[in-house]
Amino acid sequence: MVKIKTTNYNLFYGLKQALFDINMDIYKNKITAIIGPSGCGKSTLLRSFNRMNDLIDGVKAKGDIFIDDKSIYKDWDVVELRRKVGMVFQKPNPFPKSIFDNVIYGPRTSGIKDKRKLNDIMEKSLKQAALWDEVKDILRQSAMSLSGGQQQRLCIARAFAVKPEIILMDEATSSLDPISTAKIEELILELKKDYTIVVVTHSMQQAARMSDYTALLYLGKLIEYDKTEKIFTSPSNEITKNYVTGRFG
Amino acid sequence: MNKRNFSQGLNFIIIKISVFVVVAFLFFIIFHIFRNGISSISIDFLTKPPTDSMTRGGIFPAIVGTFCLSIGALIVAVPMGIISAIYLSEYTKGGLFLRILRLGIRNLAGIPSIVFGLFGLALFVIKFGFGSSLLSGSLTLGFLILPTIIAATEEALRGIPQDFREASLALGATKVQTIFKVVLPAALSNIVTGILLSVGRVAGETAPIMFTAAAFYKPALPTSVFDEVMALPYHIYTLATEGTHFEQTLPIQYGTCLVLLALVVLMDIAGIWIRLKARKSKKW
Repeated sequence: MVKIKTTNYNLFYGLKQALFDINMDIYKNKITAIIGPSGCGKSTLLRSFNRMNDLIDGVKAKGDIFIDDKSIYKDWDVVELRRKVGMVFQKPNPFPKSIFDNVIYGPRTSGIKDKRKLNDIMEKSLKQAALWDEVKDILRQSAMSLSGGQQQRLCIARAFAVKPEIILMDEATSSLDPISTAKIEELILELKKDYTIVVVTHSMQQAARMSDYTALLYLGKLIEYDKTEKIFTSPSNEITKNYVTGRFG
Repeated sequence: MNKRNFSQGLNFIIIKISVFVVVAFLFFIIFHIFRNGISSISIDFLTKPPTDSMTRGGIFPAIVGTFCLSIGALIVAVPMGIISAIYLSEYTKGGLFLRILRLGIRNLAGIPSIVFGLFGLALFVIKFGFGSSLLSGSLTLGFLILPTIIAATEEALRGIPQDFREASLALGATKVQTIFKVVLPAALSNIVTGILLSVGRVAGETAPIMFTAAAFYKPALPTSVFDEVMALPYHIYTLATEGTHFEQTLPIQYGTCLVLLALVVLMDIAGIWIRLKARKSKKW
Protein backbone atom coordinates (compact mmCIF):
# COMPACT_ATOMS: atom_id res chain seq x y z
CA MET A 1 0.00 0.00 0.00
CA VAL A 2 1.37 3.39 -1.01
CA LYS A 3 1.72 5.90 1.83
CA ILE A 4 3.70 8.67 0.13
CA LYS A 5 3.57 9.32 -3.58
CA THR A 6 5.60 11.96 -5.37
CA THR A 7 4.62 13.01 -8.88
CA ASN A 8 7.10 14.89 -11.09
CA TYR A 9 8.42 16.65 -8.01
CA ASN A 10 10.95 19.43 -8.66
CA LEU A 11 12.47 21.71 -6.08
CA PHE A 12 14.45 24.91 -6.54
CA TYR A 13 16.63 26.86 -4.13
CA GLY A 14 16.27 30.21 -5.83
CA LEU A 15 17.57 29.56 -9.33
CA LYS A 16 19.40 26.37 -8.44
CA GLN A 17 17.41 23.22 -9.02
CA ALA A 18 17.92 20.63 -6.28
CA LEU A 19 15.44 17.91 -7.26
CA PHE A 20 14.49 16.83 -10.77
CA ASP A 21 11.21 15.09 -11.59
CA ILE A 22 11.11 12.74 -8.66
CA ASN A 23 8.52 10.00 -9.01
CA MET A 24 8.44 7.45 -6.26
CA ASP A 25 5.97 5.50 -4.17
CA ILE A 26 6.85 4.88 -0.54
CA TYR A 27 5.08 1.93 0.99
CA LYS A 28 3.23 1.69 4.24
CA ASN A 29 4.88 -0.17 7.15
CA LYS A 30 8.16 -0.46 5.29
CA ILE A 31 11.52 1.11 5.89
CA THR A 32 12.68 3.07 2.90
CA ALA A 33 16.27 4.25 2.73
CA ILE A 34 17.39 7.16 0.61
CA ILE A 35 21.10 7.00 -0.18
CA GLY A 36 23.47 8.99 -2.34
CA PRO A 37 26.60 11.10 -2.19
CA SER A 38 26.67 14.39 -0.25
CA GLY A 39 24.70 17.16 -1.89
CA CYS A 40 22.62 14.78 -4.02
CA GLY A 41 19.38 16.13 -2.58
CA LYS A 42 18.44 13.26 -0.27
CA SER A 43 17.86 15.47 2.77
CA THR A 44 16.01 17.97 0.59
CA LEU A 45 13.69 15.21 -0.63
CA LEU A 46 13.10 13.98 2.92
CA ARG A 47 12.35 17.47 4.16
CA SER A 48 9.85 17.89 1.34
CA PHE A 49 7.58 15.23 2.84
CA ASN A 50 6.75 17.38 5.87
CA ARG A 51 7.30 20.68 4.07
CA MET A 52 10.28 21.71 6.19
CA ASN A 53 11.81 23.26 3.08
CA ASP A 54 9.11 25.92 3.28
CA LEU A 55 11.15 27.51 6.06
CA ILE A 56 14.01 28.34 3.72
CA ASP A 57 13.78 31.61 1.81
CA GLY A 58 13.40 31.34 -1.93
CA VAL A 59 12.43 27.67 -2.11
CA LYS A 60 9.95 26.77 -4.83
CA ALA A 61 8.44 23.41 -5.63
CA LYS A 62 6.86 22.08 -8.80
CA GLY A 63 4.91 18.87 -9.07
CA ASP A 64 3.25 17.38 -6.04
CA ILE A 65 3.53 14.94 -3.18
CA PHE A 66 0.58 12.92 -1.92
CA ILE A 67 0.30 11.46 1.54
CA ASP A 68 -2.68 9.16 1.98
CA ASP A 69 -3.74 10.33 -1.49
CA LYS A 70 -3.99 13.95 -0.35
CA SER A 71 -1.74 16.65 -1.77
CA ILE A 72 0.58 18.07 0.88
CA TYR A 73 0.31 21.49 -0.74
CA LYS A 74 -3.38 21.64 -1.57
CA ASP A 75 -5.21 19.31 0.80
CA TRP A 76 -3.12 19.09 3.95
CA ASP A 77 -2.93 21.86 6.51
CA VAL A 78 0.79 22.19 7.17
CA VAL A 79 0.44 21.87 10.95
CA GLU A 80 -1.70 18.73 10.59
CA LEU A 81 0.76 17.36 8.06
CA ARG A 82 3.67 17.75 10.44
CA ARG A 83 1.76 15.99 13.19
CA LYS A 84 1.18 13.10 10.84
CA VAL A 85 4.76 13.08 9.56
CA GLY A 86 7.28 13.13 12.41
CA MET A 87 10.91 13.96 11.90
CA VAL A 88 14.17 13.13 13.64
CA PHE A 89 17.08 15.35 12.73
CA GLN A 90 20.75 14.68 12.13
CA LYS A 91 21.91 16.46 15.24
CA PRO A 92 20.02 15.64 18.43
CA ASN A 93 18.02 18.80 19.12
CA PRO A 94 16.14 18.48 22.40
CA PHE A 95 14.70 21.72 23.75
CA PRO A 96 16.45 23.28 26.75
CA LYS A 97 13.63 22.00 28.94
CA SER A 98 13.17 18.98 31.18
CA ILE A 99 12.99 15.48 29.70
CA PHE A 100 9.30 15.38 30.61
CA ASP A 101 8.54 18.71 28.93
CA ASN A 102 10.43 17.67 25.82
CA VAL A 103 8.35 14.54 25.30
CA ILE A 104 4.98 16.14 25.89
CA TYR A 105 5.78 19.27 23.88
CA GLY A 106 3.88 18.06 20.82
CA PRO A 107 0.74 16.82 22.60
CA ARG A 108 0.69 19.97 24.71
CA THR A 109 0.85 22.29 21.71
CA SER A 110 -1.99 20.34 20.14
CA GLY A 111 -4.10 21.28 23.16
CA ILE A 112 -3.99 18.25 25.47
CA LYS A 113 -4.07 19.52 29.06
CA ASP A 114 -5.15 16.46 31.06
CA LYS A 115 -2.18 15.61 33.29
CA ARG A 116 -2.85 11.87 33.40
CA LYS A 117 -3.20 11.67 29.66
CA LEU A 118 0.06 13.58 29.17
CA ASN A 119 1.78 11.26 31.64
CA ASP A 120 0.54 8.21 29.76
CA ILE A 121 1.74 9.58 26.44
CA MET A 122 5.09 10.48 27.95
CA GLU A 123 5.67 7.04 29.45
CA LYS A 124 4.54 5.20 26.35
CA SER A 125 6.68 7.33 24.03
CA LEU A 126 9.80 6.93 26.16
CA LYS A 127 9.24 3.17 26.31
CA GLN A 128 8.83 3.03 22.56
CA ALA A 129 12.09 4.89 22.15
CA ALA A 130 13.79 2.43 24.56
CA LEU A 131 14.74 5.28 26.86
CA TRP A 132 12.27 4.84 29.71
CA ASP A 133 14.48 2.71 31.96
CA GLU A 134 17.35 5.15 31.70
CA VAL A 135 15.39 8.31 32.46
CA LYS A 136 12.35 7.30 34.51
CA ASP A 137 13.91 8.67 37.69
CA ILE A 138 15.23 11.90 36.21
CA LEU A 139 12.26 13.12 34.19
CA ARG A 140 12.51 16.61 35.67
CA GLN A 141 16.15 17.01 34.77
CA SER A 142 17.20 19.08 31.77
CA ALA A 143 17.35 17.12 28.55
CA MET A 144 20.70 18.81 27.92
CA SER A 145 22.27 16.65 30.63
CA LEU A 146 21.71 13.44 28.64
CA SER A 147 24.35 11.86 26.41
CA GLY A 148 24.16 12.33 22.64
CA GLY A 149 22.64 8.90 22.06
CA GLN A 150 20.08 9.41 24.81
CA GLN A 151 19.25 12.86 23.44
CA GLN A 152 18.59 11.36 20.02
CA ARG A 153 16.30 8.70 21.48
CA LEU A 154 14.57 11.46 23.42
CA CYS A 155 13.99 13.25 20.12
CA ILE A 156 12.55 10.02 18.73
CA ALA A 157 10.27 9.72 21.77
CA ARG A 158 9.26 13.33 21.29
CA ALA A 159 8.33 12.57 17.68
CA PHE A 160 6.29 9.49 18.74
CA ALA A 161 4.36 11.47 21.31
CA VAL A 162 2.50 13.30 18.54
CA LYS A 163 1.31 9.89 17.24
CA PRO A 164 2.56 10.26 13.70
CA GLU A 165 2.06 7.63 11.00
CA ILE A 166 5.24 8.39 9.14
CA ILE A 167 8.67 8.97 10.64
CA LEU A 168 11.40 10.70 8.69
CA MET A 169 14.97 10.26 9.87
CA ASP A 170 17.59 12.57 8.47
CA GLU A 171 20.91 10.79 9.12
CA ALA A 172 19.61 10.33 12.62
CA THR A 173 22.53 8.15 13.71
CA SER A 174 25.40 9.92 11.98
CA SER A 175 26.48 11.86 15.06
CA LEU A 176 26.26 8.86 17.41
CA ASP A 177 28.65 6.17 18.58
CA PRO A 178 28.23 2.58 17.30
CA ILE A 179 26.41 1.32 20.40
CA SER A 180 23.83 4.13 20.31
CA THR A 181 23.51 3.61 16.57
CA ALA A 182 22.82 -0.11 17.05
CA LYS A 183 20.19 0.69 19.66
CA ILE A 184 18.41 3.11 17.37
CA GLU A 185 18.57 0.75 14.40
CA GLU A 186 17.04 -2.00 16.52
CA LEU A 187 14.37 0.43 17.52
CA ILE A 188 13.57 1.38 13.95
CA LEU A 189 13.17 -2.28 12.95
CA GLU A 190 10.87 -2.76 15.90
CA LEU A 191 8.73 0.19 14.88
CA LYS A 192 8.16 -0.86 11.33
CA LYS A 193 4.94 -2.67 12.13
CA ASP A 194 3.25 0.53 13.29
CA TYR A 195 4.90 3.20 11.22
CA THR A 196 6.09 4.04 7.76
CA ILE A 197 9.72 4.96 8.08
CA VAL A 198 11.92 6.87 5.66
CA VAL A 199 15.59 7.23 6.50
CA VAL A 200 18.29 9.24 4.84
CA THR A 201 21.67 7.70 5.45
CA HIS A 202 25.27 8.08 4.47
CA SER A 203 26.04 4.54 5.44
CA MET A 204 25.32 1.93 2.82
CA GLN A 205 25.69 -0.82 5.39
CA GLN A 206 22.94 0.79 7.40
CA ALA A 207 20.67 0.98 4.39
CA ALA A 208 21.39 -2.65 3.55
CA ARG A 209 20.86 -3.81 7.15
CA MET A 210 17.61 -2.07 7.88
CA SER A 211 15.62 -1.06 4.87
CA ASP A 212 13.09 -2.87 2.72
CA TYR A 213 13.39 -0.41 -0.15
CA THR A 214 16.29 1.75 -1.20
CA ALA A 215 16.38 4.80 -3.42
CA LEU A 216 19.58 6.15 -4.90
CA LEU A 217 19.67 9.86 -5.58
CA TYR A 218 22.43 11.39 -7.65
CA LEU A 219 22.67 15.10 -8.57
CA GLY A 220 19.04 15.62 -7.66
CA LYS A 221 17.74 12.79 -9.80
CA LEU A 222 16.23 9.51 -8.68
CA ILE A 223 18.58 7.01 -10.31
CA GLU A 224 17.11 3.78 -9.07
CA TYR A 225 14.46 2.78 -6.59
CA ASP A 226 13.75 -0.83 -5.79
CA LYS A 227 13.79 -3.51 -3.11
CA THR A 228 16.93 -3.11 -1.06
CA GLU A 229 18.10 -6.58 -1.89
CA LYS A 230 17.88 -5.87 -5.59
CA ILE A 231 19.70 -2.53 -5.28
CA PHE A 232 22.61 -4.09 -3.45
CA THR A 233 22.87 -7.39 -5.33
CA SER A 234 21.79 -6.76 -8.90
CA PRO A 235 21.26 -3.10 -9.61
CA SER A 236 20.04 -2.33 -13.10
CA ASN A 237 21.72 1.07 -13.38
CA GLU A 238 25.43 1.58 -13.92
CA ILE A 239 25.59 4.52 -11.45
CA THR A 240 23.88 2.47 -8.74
CA LYS A 241 26.27 -0.38 -9.32
CA ASN A 242 29.27 1.89 -9.02
CA TYR A 243 27.89 3.61 -5.94
CA VAL A 244 26.94 0.53 -3.93
CA THR A 245 30.24 -1.15 -4.73
CA GLY A 246 32.00 1.92 -3.41
CA ARG A 247 33.56 3.08 -6.67
CA PHE A 248 32.44 6.64 -5.98
CA GLY A 249 30.55 8.61 -3.35
CA MET B 1 66.73 47.66 20.49
CA ASN B 2 65.71 47.94 16.86
CA LYS B 3 63.13 50.35 15.58
CA ARG B 4 60.24 47.93 15.31
CA ASN B 5 60.58 46.66 18.82
CA PHE B 6 60.79 50.18 20.06
CA SER B 7 57.59 51.28 18.32
CA GLN B 8 55.81 48.16 19.54
CA GLY B 9 56.92 48.88 23.08
CA LEU B 10 55.75 52.46 22.78
CA ASN B 11 52.36 51.31 21.54
CA PHE B 12 51.98 49.01 24.50
CA ILE B 13 52.81 51.83 26.87
CA ILE B 14 50.22 54.11 25.26
CA ILE B 15 47.58 51.38 25.47
CA LYS B 16 48.42 50.69 29.09
CA ILE B 17 48.27 54.36 30.02
CA SER B 18 44.90 54.78 28.30
CA VAL B 19 43.41 51.83 30.13
CA PHE B 20 44.91 53.01 33.39
CA VAL B 21 43.47 56.51 32.99
CA VAL B 22 39.98 55.15 32.32
CA VAL B 23 40.04 52.73 35.22
CA ALA B 24 41.64 55.27 37.55
CA PHE B 25 38.95 57.78 36.71
CA LEU B 26 36.21 55.28 37.45
CA PHE B 27 37.76 54.32 40.76
CA PHE B 28 38.35 57.93 41.66
CA ILE B 29 34.68 58.79 41.12
CA ILE B 30 33.48 55.79 43.08
CA PHE B 31 35.98 56.39 45.87
CA HIS B 32 35.21 60.10 46.04
CA ILE B 33 31.47 59.57 46.25
CA PHE B 34 31.84 56.75 48.71
CA ARG B 35 34.15 58.72 51.06
CA ASN B 36 31.96 61.80 51.05
CA GLY B 37 28.63 60.03 50.98
CA ILE B 38 29.02 57.19 53.46
CA SER B 39 28.75 59.46 56.49
CA SER B 40 25.26 60.57 55.45
CA ILE B 41 23.94 57.05 55.07
CA SER B 42 21.78 55.97 57.99
CA ILE B 43 18.48 54.22 58.48
CA ASP B 44 16.78 57.59 58.84
CA PHE B 45 18.40 58.89 55.67
CA LEU B 46 17.00 55.94 53.73
CA THR B 47 13.54 55.89 55.31
CA LYS B 48 12.59 59.52 56.12
CA PRO B 49 11.49 62.37 53.87
CA PRO B 50 13.59 65.56 53.66
CA THR B 51 12.92 68.27 56.27
CA ASP B 52 13.97 71.88 57.04
CA SER B 53 13.85 73.12 53.41
CA MET B 54 15.70 69.99 52.30
CA THR B 55 18.74 70.68 54.46
CA ARG B 56 18.02 67.77 56.78
CA GLY B 57 16.18 64.47 56.79
CA GLY B 58 16.28 61.64 54.32
CA ILE B 59 15.61 60.80 50.72
CA PHE B 60 12.96 58.11 51.08
CA PRO B 61 10.44 59.71 48.67
CA ALA B 62 13.15 60.03 46.04
CA ILE B 63 14.09 56.35 46.38
CA VAL B 64 10.44 55.35 46.06
CA GLY B 65 10.00 57.74 43.14
CA THR B 66 12.99 56.38 41.24
CA PHE B 67 11.80 52.85 41.94
CA CYS B 68 8.29 53.63 40.64
CA LEU B 69 9.63 55.40 37.57
CA SER B 70 11.91 52.46 36.75
CA ILE B 71 9.09 49.94 37.12
CA GLY B 72 6.79 52.19 35.10
CA ALA B 73 9.35 52.54 32.33
CA LEU B 74 9.73 48.75 32.22
CA ILE B 75 5.97 48.23 32.04
CA VAL B 76 5.95 50.55 29.04
CA ALA B 77 9.09 49.34 27.29
CA VAL B 78 9.39 45.60 27.96
CA PRO B 79 6.23 44.28 26.27
CA MET B 80 6.57 46.67 23.34
CA GLY B 81 10.30 46.03 23.01
CA ILE B 82 10.00 42.25 23.12
CA ILE B 83 7.15 42.18 20.63
CA SER B 84 9.05 44.49 18.27
CA ALA B 85 12.15 42.32 18.55
CA ILE B 86 10.11 39.18 17.83
CA TYR B 87 8.77 40.86 14.73
CA LEU B 88 12.24 41.90 13.59
CA SER B 89 13.92 38.59 14.30
CA GLU B 90 11.22 36.03 13.47
CA TYR B 91 8.92 37.59 10.92
CA THR B 92 10.91 39.87 8.65
CA LYS B 93 12.95 38.56 5.74
CA GLY B 94 15.38 41.38 5.05
CA GLY B 95 14.96 44.02 2.38
CA LEU B 96 14.79 47.78 2.28
CA PHE B 97 11.89 48.17 4.70
CA LEU B 98 13.67 46.20 7.39
CA ARG B 99 16.88 48.19 6.87
CA ILE B 100 15.01 51.47 7.29
CA LEU B 101 13.28 50.10 10.40
CA ARG B 102 16.60 49.03 11.94
CA LEU B 103 18.18 52.37 11.10
CA GLY B 104 15.29 54.12 12.79
CA ILE B 105 15.63 52.07 15.95
CA ARG B 106 19.39 52.56 16.06
CA ASN B 107 18.96 56.32 15.64
CA LEU B 108 16.37 56.38 18.38
CA ALA B 109 19.06 55.06 20.71
CA GLY B 110 21.32 57.98 19.79
CA ILE B 111 18.84 60.77 20.51
CA PRO B 112 19.92 62.89 23.50
CA SER B 113 17.84 62.24 26.59
CA ILE B 114 16.87 65.91 26.95
CA VAL B 115 15.13 65.62 23.58
CA PHE B 116 13.15 62.71 24.97
CA GLY B 117 12.32 64.91 27.94
CA LEU B 118 10.99 67.70 25.75
CA PHE B 119 9.14 65.19 23.59
CA GLY B 120 7.52 63.78 26.72
CA LEU B 121 6.60 67.27 27.85
CA ALA B 122 4.99 68.13 24.54
CA LEU B 123 3.17 64.83 24.01
CA PHE B 124 2.31 63.26 27.34
CA VAL B 125 2.28 66.22 29.71
CA ILE B 126 0.57 68.77 27.49
CA LYS B 127 -1.07 67.09 24.50
CA PHE B 128 -2.43 64.05 26.34
CA GLY B 129 -2.98 66.09 29.48
CA PHE B 130 -1.30 63.63 31.85
CA GLY B 131 0.46 66.54 33.52
CA SER B 132 3.82 66.20 35.21
CA SER B 133 3.26 62.76 36.64
CA LEU B 134 4.52 59.25 37.22
CA LEU B 135 2.64 58.24 34.06
CA SER B 136 4.25 60.86 31.82
CA GLY B 137 7.69 60.14 33.26
CA SER B 138 7.32 56.38 32.86
CA LEU B 139 6.19 56.74 29.27
CA THR B 140 9.09 59.06 28.46
CA LEU B 141 11.67 56.83 30.12
CA GLY B 142 10.04 53.81 28.50
CA PHE B 143 10.56 55.25 25.05
CA LEU B 144 14.12 56.17 26.00
CA ILE B 145 15.07 52.56 26.72
CA LEU B 146 12.90 50.97 24.04
CA PRO B 147 15.72 50.79 21.46
CA THR B 148 18.09 49.20 24.01
CA ILE B 149 15.52 46.57 24.91
CA ILE B 150 14.69 45.86 21.28
CA ALA B 151 18.38 45.46 20.42
CA ALA B 152 19.09 43.20 23.41
CA THR B 153 16.04 41.03 22.76
CA GLU B 154 16.70 40.74 19.05
CA GLU B 155 20.26 39.68 19.70
CA ALA B 156 19.08 37.12 22.25
CA LEU B 157 16.53 35.70 19.81
CA ARG B 158 19.08 35.47 17.02
CA GLY B 159 21.35 33.53 19.35
CA ILE B 160 18.82 30.68 19.55
CA PRO B 161 19.82 27.92 17.14
CA GLN B 162 17.57 27.28 14.16
CA ASP B 163 17.44 23.61 15.27
CA PHE B 164 15.01 24.46 18.06
CA ARG B 165 12.64 26.22 15.70
CA GLU B 166 12.77 23.34 13.22
CA ALA B 167 12.25 20.74 15.94
CA SER B 168 9.21 22.58 17.22
CA LEU B 169 7.65 23.14 13.80
CA ALA B 170 8.31 19.52 12.83
CA LEU B 171 6.24 18.47 15.84
CA GLY B 172 3.27 20.32 14.44
CA ALA B 173 3.60 23.44 16.56
CA THR B 174 2.53 26.69 14.94
CA LYS B 175 4.96 29.54 14.48
CA VAL B 176 3.47 31.48 17.39
CA GLN B 177 3.71 28.42 19.65
CA THR B 178 7.29 27.92 18.56
CA ILE B 179 8.19 31.49 19.42
CA PHE B 180 6.46 31.62 22.78
CA LYS B 181 7.14 28.09 24.03
CA VAL B 182 10.64 27.43 22.72
CA VAL B 183 12.48 30.45 21.35
CA LEU B 184 11.50 33.06 23.92
CA PRO B 185 12.06 30.86 27.01
CA ALA B 186 15.47 29.84 25.70
CA ALA B 187 16.41 33.47 25.14
CA LEU B 188 14.92 34.70 28.39
CA SER B 189 18.08 34.96 30.48
CA ASN B 190 19.79 37.15 27.89
CA ILE B 191 16.68 39.28 27.53
CA VAL B 192 16.48 39.77 31.31
CA THR B 193 20.12 40.81 31.34
CA GLY B 194 19.45 43.45 28.69
CA ILE B 195 16.47 44.69 30.65
CA LEU B 196 18.39 44.96 33.92
CA LEU B 197 21.17 46.92 32.25
CA SER B 198 18.61 49.36 30.88
CA VAL B 199 16.98 49.73 34.30
CA GLY B 200 20.33 51.03 35.51
CA ARG B 201 20.18 53.63 32.80
CA VAL B 202 16.59 54.64 33.58
CA ALA B 203 17.28 55.05 37.28
CA GLY B 204 20.09 57.49 36.60
CA GLU B 205 18.48 59.71 33.96
CA THR B 206 17.58 63.28 34.92
CA ALA B 207 16.76 65.08 31.69
CA PRO B 208 13.76 62.97 30.60
CA ILE B 209 12.00 63.33 33.95
CA MET B 210 12.78 67.00 34.62
CA PHE B 211 9.71 68.21 32.73
CA THR B 212 7.59 65.10 32.85
CA ALA B 213 7.55 63.65 36.35
CA ALA B 214 9.98 64.97 38.90
CA ALA B 215 8.99 67.17 41.80
CA PHE B 216 11.40 69.41 43.68
CA TYR B 217 9.86 68.65 47.04
CA LYS B 218 7.04 66.20 47.65
CA PRO B 219 7.44 64.23 50.86
CA ALA B 220 4.17 62.30 50.39
CA LEU B 221 4.51 59.05 48.50
CA PRO B 222 2.65 58.78 45.18
CA THR B 223 -0.84 57.31 45.43
CA SER B 224 -1.75 57.29 41.74
CA VAL B 225 0.03 57.36 38.39
CA PHE B 226 -1.01 60.98 37.99
CA ASP B 227 1.08 62.09 40.98
CA GLU B 228 4.38 63.88 40.66
CA VAL B 229 7.26 62.08 42.34
CA MET B 230 10.69 62.89 43.68
CA ALA B 231 13.56 61.04 42.04
CA LEU B 232 17.17 60.48 43.05
CA PRO B 233 18.94 62.04 40.07
CA TYR B 234 16.65 65.05 40.03
CA HIS B 235 17.06 65.44 43.78
CA ILE B 236 20.82 65.68 43.35
CA TYR B 237 20.37 68.14 40.51
CA THR B 238 18.10 70.48 42.43
CA LEU B 239 20.14 70.38 45.64
CA ALA B 240 23.28 71.21 43.72
CA THR B 241 21.86 73.97 41.56
CA GLU B 242 18.67 75.50 42.88
CA GLY B 243 18.85 75.25 46.63
CA THR B 244 19.78 78.34 48.51
CA HIS B 245 21.80 76.28 50.98
CA PHE B 246 23.73 74.07 48.68
CA GLU B 247 26.82 74.22 50.88
CA GLN B 248 24.76 72.88 53.74
CA THR B 249 23.18 70.12 51.68
CA LEU B 250 26.50 68.84 50.37
CA PRO B 251 26.50 65.70 52.58
CA ILE B 252 22.94 64.92 51.45
CA GLN B 253 23.99 65.34 47.83
CA TYR B 254 26.87 62.95 48.27
CA GLY B 255 24.69 60.52 50.16
CA THR B 256 22.08 60.59 47.41
CA CYS B 257 24.79 60.06 44.80
CA LEU B 258 26.02 57.04 46.71
CA VAL B 259 22.53 55.55 46.96
CA LEU B 260 21.92 56.09 43.24
CA LEU B 261 25.30 54.67 42.33
CA ALA B 262 24.76 51.65 44.55
CA LEU B 263 21.35 51.08 42.96
CA VAL B 264 22.71 51.21 39.41
CA VAL B 265 25.72 49.05 40.20
CA LEU B 266 23.48 46.50 41.92
CA MET B 267 21.26 46.28 38.84
CA ASP B 268 24.28 45.80 36.59
CA ILE B 269 25.76 43.16 38.86
CA ALA B 270 22.43 41.34 38.88
CA GLY B 271 22.38 41.48 35.08
CA ILE B 272 25.92 40.16 34.77
CA TRP B 273 25.27 37.45 37.34
CA ILE B 274 22.19 36.19 35.49
CA ARG B 275 24.14 36.16 32.25
CA LEU B 276 26.99 34.17 33.77
CA LYS B 277 24.60 31.68 35.34
CA ALA B 278 22.72 31.25 32.09
CA ARG B 279 25.93 30.77 30.12
CA LYS B 280 26.97 27.95 32.40
CA SER B 281 23.72 26.03 32.03
CA LYS B 282 23.66 26.39 28.25
CA LYS B 283 25.21 23.73 26.14
CA TRP B 284 23.90 24.30 22.66
